[in-house]
Amino acid sequence: MKKLITLILLLLLPMSVFASGSVGLQEADIDLSDNASLQRGAKTYVTYCLGCHSAKHIRYKRIALDLGIEDAAVLKDIAPVGAAIYDQMHSAMNGHDANKWFGTTPPDLSLIARSRGADWLYSYLKGFYVDKSKPLGVNNTVFEDVGMPNMLWQLQGLQTAVYKEGEGKEKVIEKLIIEEKGTMSEEEFDKTVNDLVNFLVYVGEPVQLERERIGKYVLFFLLMFLGIAYLLKKEYWKDIH
Amino acid sequence: MKPSRIEACGHWVEKRFPMSKLWNDHMAQYYAPKNFNFWYFFGSLALLILVNQFITGILLTMNYKPDAKLAFDSVEYIMRDVDWGWLVRYMHSTGASAFFIVVYLHMFRGLIYGSFKQPRELIWTFGMLIFVCLMAEAFMGYLLPWGQMSYWGAQVIISLFSAIPVIGDDLSLWIRGDYVISDATLNRFFAFHVIAVPLVLIMLVFLHIVALHEVGSNNPDGIEIKESKDPWGHPVDGIPFHPYYSVKDIVGVAVFMLFFATIIFYMPEMGGYFLEHANFIPADPLKTPEHIAPVWYFTPFYAILRAVPDKFAGVIAMGGSIVVLFLLPWLDRSPVKSIRYRGGIFKKAIVLFVISFLVLGYLGTQPATYGAVIAARIFTAIYFGFFLLMPIYTRWEKTKPVPKSLTMQPTLEERIPAMKATLDEMLIKTSVETSAGQIKTQVKPNTAGIIKVLTRFVKNLKASLE
Repeated sequence: MKKLITLILLLLLPMSVFASGSVGLQEADIDLSDNASLQRGAKTYVTYCLGCHSAKHIRYKRIALDLGIEDAAVLKDIAPVGAAIYDQMHSAMNGHDANKWFGTTPPDLSLIARSRGADWLYSYLKGFYVDKSKPLGVNNTVFEDVGMPNMLWQLQGLQTAVYKEGEGKEKVIEKLIIEEKGTMSEEEFDKTVNDLVNFLVYVGEPVQLERERIGKYVLFFLLMFLGIAYLLKKEYWKDIH
Repeated sequence: MKPSRIEACGHWVEKRFPMSKLWNDHMAQYYAPKNFNFWYFFGSLALLILVNQFITGILLTMNYKPDAKLAFDSVEYIMRDVDWGWLVRYMHSTGASAFFIVVYLHMFRGLIYGSFKQPRELIWTFGMLIFVCLMAEAFMGYLLPWGQMSYWGAQVIISLFSAIPVIGDDLSLWIRGDYVISDATLNRFFAFHVIAVPLVLIMLVFLHIVALHEVGSNNPDGIEIKESKDPWGHPVDGIPFHPYYSVKDIVGVAVFMLFFATIIFYMPEMGGYFLEHANFIPADPLKTPEHIAPVWYFTPFYAILRAVPDKFAGVIAMGGSIVVLFLLPWLDRSPVKSIRYRGGIFKKAIVLFVISFLVLGYLGTQPATYGAVIAARIFTAIYFGFFLLMPIYTRWEKTKPVPKSLTMQPTLEERIPAMKATLDEMLIKTSVETSAGQIKTQVKPNTAGIIKVLTRFVKNLKASLE
């Protein structure tokens, strides 16, 4: 028995080592109650992402309701020209053109925060660096050989990779440094990307805040219900020994 | 005049339908052992979840579209544009996982208290059929959101049928209705998920309960309460199911719903275990995900499948891991039902079985690396060893004498003072005067006390395994 337990423990040991193999991600600061951040993120999304990536599961009306802004303000400040308030966030690019230009249709990003996670998105958007060997001239630290150009390069500037010797023969990227300055300082850029990711997390599940708010009442009710049910049980069972 | 009218209505029905007889036979005069413990909540909870899945499922079908082009978007439509659609969908998806948690615990109860043994073999058999139906139901339901994991999970599992010699390829083609998972597959899975399997399921649940009420419930002592009856013909150790267990089960329901609601409202994805991350990407027949893992409740069986190097042998092993559960009533040769009076070898075997089931479940979620496959092989051997060696080791075991009537263990409330004493033993409390002049008690963990409690715990554990 003892030998068996030791054997089991020995077998489990390497597995925990295998499990932690992923690249380190930078942490995004997600706050869905920060309406200003969500609005900035929405604006950034429409300006820089919507050209190729739709977010067809969210409507402008929903954004207006959830972020507490007027319909007119959404149409003026956030939505692209020509969009109506009940429209979903559709991209202007059609799939046929996209296939010709990028070899693939850019995915819809409504649920990207739910499939990839906020930290991944944050690190991805900050992870572009110049790589002349690639068709688009850039590569990415968390998504190697990605077929997407760095849309935010004017804001961020151009990053290049600093390599160090890896364990094997391959070089590994140690860090990225900004070689050519963009229109934003590093801090400003981080904030912009964070707002954008915040918006994508919201779009992934617009009901999140509402769900957490209602949950408190449901749990409170259930606690009361449990108390009463328990007293009822005790009353019925007092003569059972 | 009104009451008599209602009474007259009652008589009218009573002459035509045995309403009060049914009520008495199955509720008010169904005598259940009086010492049911924690483990006995899960039967009624499984029934509750079944009802939850039916109601939320019906609501979901009102907006879901079983069409490969529309399915994924219709689920998101439910999540966003349908009033309370998100709640209904989360109740259904969380309910699926909760169903398996509850059913696994329900089966474990049967295992430790010998509820599958004579005269309850058929209850166990019906229960196992319910479990198989439930797996089919969950598997086919998982395809419906039409996400990447839905698609590729189904692809992997259905391709298993093609491992069967001679007829395999034609069989898997027949199941899919196409050469790959496609719209045809989605439509037939929808039909099975919403009508065919639920009908079978509800019939089996009916049979499970009829068989149970015929022989009566087992209990933690594993003795037959019908053997000692009072002058009125009722079991001495029995109490009517209603009101005693109906009110007790409501407490269980409340506790369960607290957990259930916490998950629905605060962690509906359950860290990617209840709703897998990759399933938020629409199904793409051209892009195979790097790592295909089934939902957590299938992972023990999936790990067994992968543990066997040959595909067909793996399928046989996976099927066998379910079949051995069916055989349980005939594998166990012990004269005693409950674990309380069984020998140490059986207790140790159960511990090993639980460990292997959990580890296999974990391994099934992980990529099949060399180390993981080797570990899965060892634990697969333990899993099968538990069942196939049972006829041998249960015959050897030294059982303890079984009591004539039910024993009452201390209830949770009665254990509270002892638990409090243990907690005190592990903490040091000192009074400190704060700068404001108030006296506060500072609580610090007591290392010596904790070690003492732990060694006592280990000793007790060891003693209970003898």
